[in-house]
Amino acid sequence: MSGTHRRAIGVETIGMTMRFGAFTALDDVSIKVPAGSFHALLGENGAGKSTLVKCMMGFYHPTSGDMLVDGHEVAIASPRDASALGLGMVYQHFTLVPSLTGAENLVISREKVPGIIDWRKERAALAAFMGRMPFKLPLDVKVAELAAGEKQKLEIVKQLYLGRNFLVLDEPTSVLTPGEAQDVLGLMRGMTKAGDLTVLMISHKFHEVTAFADDITVLRKGRLTGTGKVSDLSHKEMAAMMIGDQPIAALDSRAAPKPDAEIVLKVKALKAPDRTGLKSINIADLGVRSGEIVGIAGISGNGQKEFLEVLAGQRAHNTGEVWVRGMPYTATRAEARELNVRLIPEEPLKNACAPKMTVAENIAFRTFDVDGNGKPVSWISAGAIKSFSARLVQQFKVKTASLSSPIASLSGGNVQRAVLARELTGEVDLLIVSNPCFGLDFSAVAEIRARIMKARNAGAAVLLMSEDLDELLELSDRILVMSDGALVYETPIAEASVQTIGEHMAGHH
Amino acid sequence: MEATDIGLWGVPLAMLGGAIRVSTPFIFVSLGEAITERSGRINLGLEGTLVFGAMSAYAVAVMTGSPWLGLLAASVAGLCFGLFHGWICKFPKVNDIAIGIALMLFGTGLAFFFGKPFIQPSAPDLPAIPFGAWSDIPQVQAALNVNVLFLIGAALAVFLWWAFRNTRIGLIVRVVGDSADAALAMGLNPSTVRLLATGVGGALAGIGGAYLSLYYPGSWTERISSGQGLMAVALVIFARWNPLGCFAAALLFGGAGALGPALQSVGVTQGYYLFYAAPYILTLIIMIATSSPNRTLAGAPGELSITK
Repeated sequence: MSGTHRRAIGVETIGMTMRFGAFTALDDVSIKVPAGSFHALLGENGAGKSTLVKCMMGFYHPTSGDMLVDGHEVAIASPRDASALGLGMVYQHFTLVPSLTGAENLVISREKVPGIIDWRKERAALAAFMGRMPFKLPLDVKVAELAAGEKQKLEIVKQLYLGRNFLVLDEPTSVLTPGEAQDVLGLMRGMTKAGDLTVLMISHKFHEVTAFADDITVLRKGRLTGTGKVSDLSHKEMAAMMIGDQPIAALDSRAAPKPDAEIVLKVKALKAPDRTGLKSINIADLGVRSGEIVGIAGISGNGQKEFLEVLAGQRAHNTGEVWVRGMPYTATRAEARELNVRLIPEEPLKNACAPKMTVAENIAFRTFDVDGNGKPVSWISAGAIKSFSARLVQQFKVKTASLSSPIASLSGGNVQRAVLARELTGEVDLLIVSNPCFGLDFSAVAEIRARIMKARNAGAAVLLMSEDLDELLELSDRILVMSDGALVYETPIAEASVQTIGEHMAGHH
Repeated sequence: MEATDIGLWGVPLAMLGGAIRVSTPFIFVSLGEAITERSGRINLGLEGTLVFGAMSAYAVAVMTGSPWLGLLAASVAGLCFGLFHGWICKFPKVNDIAIGIALMLFGTGLAFFFGKPFIQPSAPDLPAIPFGAWSDIPQVQAALNVNVLFLIGAALAVFLWWAFRNTRIGLIVRVVGDSADAALAMGLNPSTVRLLATGVGGALAGIGGAYLSLYYPGSWTERISSGQGLMAVALVIFARWNPLGCFAAALLFGGAGALGPALQSVGVTQGYYLFYAAPYILTLIIMIATSSPNRTLAGAPGELSITK
């Protein structure tokens, strides 16, 4: 519990192997995380990182292999056994209960909860506990009303509150601002240094690994491909361990921007309610020119999603106007086709696909009802859909068992490739993109970014919303910051500083 | 007793009395449904449970002469119906709404089958407390003659409201109803929690049924419920899953339902029957006024099959 003294524990796996039928997800992996160390686990999607930690936490029962805690062999049959040993995990998705307050979430997750909860006593204990944290969190607000960053902090706080001595963090900073990430990882780092905690962090971000971790272990295709001290390894060496010798798509060099190019997307005085209906988003003035990428940075929950939904036609707006190439735009199918507007929303399986329809049908969504000359057809040709999709699947390297598999059966990277194939084929004048690389692996990320850059160089106006600041810095020509529903800051890429952008994201100006 | 003419004052007074009298089954059924829905499951079968509870309470009261044993029988019958619903819903790919509709028909059918011999005999009533004894006016006395079950229902609403925040069981029900993943991560078994919550919900609905047959209207007929169980389920949504809201909504419903008879009693002879539709019109108006095209239902448990 919160009051007792914590002591870090060391964890080791020996020859961990996990088979699902004929598929070997984890092949003889032995890692050693000494007590009080900060260990990073690197690898691409599907490399077996989550399988490994799920075996360690008792969610899976490994086919073979042993686990040592503090040098003693232990049997972990369930997550309950893991928590009894002081092992805890912070998941990539949230496990907090949305309709409960932070305080209720913390108290109910405890091992022993009294039948009747004395809130006065609990609040005092929680306040004392939170006093030792380096950040503040509103505990009396429903979790559903917290921003993603706050939820992530609360997840970590919950594990500390439960008195874990060994913590697995699954990409803990993917929803945090650079400042918040610094806070959270700094706290973890401090606790490992003090010998209170051992941390095993799954991460994609090399700069975080370099800044905070002591050692790394790298997995590829279920095998251990490298391990070592962070101080001895360069980013390049880590990347080589992760992806082996497969080629990585390189970004096209940026074509020179044309400051007087046509303004393709114009938004003026746009107001729309946000999803709570209590606040509204308010875009005063935004223009995106042909041949440039305008990046919108912001912590999730500051209205980016709503703004995208308005542009995509998923959300009604109250006042204001959107023009595309000088024409008022209301996101109808006819307008999008006429003005060559294409959209790559976040969570593509949910927002850009019909999950149970086939890959071929999903790829043909924009074109299935027109013939080669753009005239509507009255009879839809399944053959034409198949051949069109087959061509795109090949061109965009979508890995699918067959064209007639449901698109939901594809991996996240391949769903995104299929959506890209659909959206980037043909003329593109305006491309609206949101978090295109969230949760994708290294090679998919590189390829998707290269495609977006290519579209820009071909003359498309690109509006890119992303929670990944690195991505924005890599791709954008200009960066705007969205905070509290409004665009609060703008900087050309040449003068962009992570520090200043981070401060505006946090609303400190 | 000679009726005193109190003029138009009779209307609000009759509505108050009606609210107290008519609302009690709504209170129990909606509180039961609130518990079930907070755990993440919908039990539409409460209409059947209500009717079966009314029949079994009446039958047992006739046979034993004790309305309290009747009440007990109704709650046990309701518990069985709830547990049956919960047990079926534990199987994978079973839809709770479809099972609820099936159980609604099953419950009413079974009640008619077993209830045939009990249409004639009369059972003892549940006791009421005459809070209106201080007054000489018979209408006041009638309005303030409050059944104990109403008082128990009011206390139960307050208790549940408190318990959802301040007890371990209350928080566990909310956790299971909002996120099965989180519940599993805590080592809770959502199916078991829902089974028990559905059972308790059914028992409360059975008590609501006992009130119908043992107090108001106070006899067993096949048309005893006329859809009150279904309306109570709608009440829960309207009350945003808040027990105090369920209580208030039930009172409002009862009051609106008493409008027609009240107008009739003060001598309105034309059009009063239109006011019999008042509860339904009121529901429609409130549902429309509180709806929004941009928001999901505030306060809805995340695991409910209608909001997922």
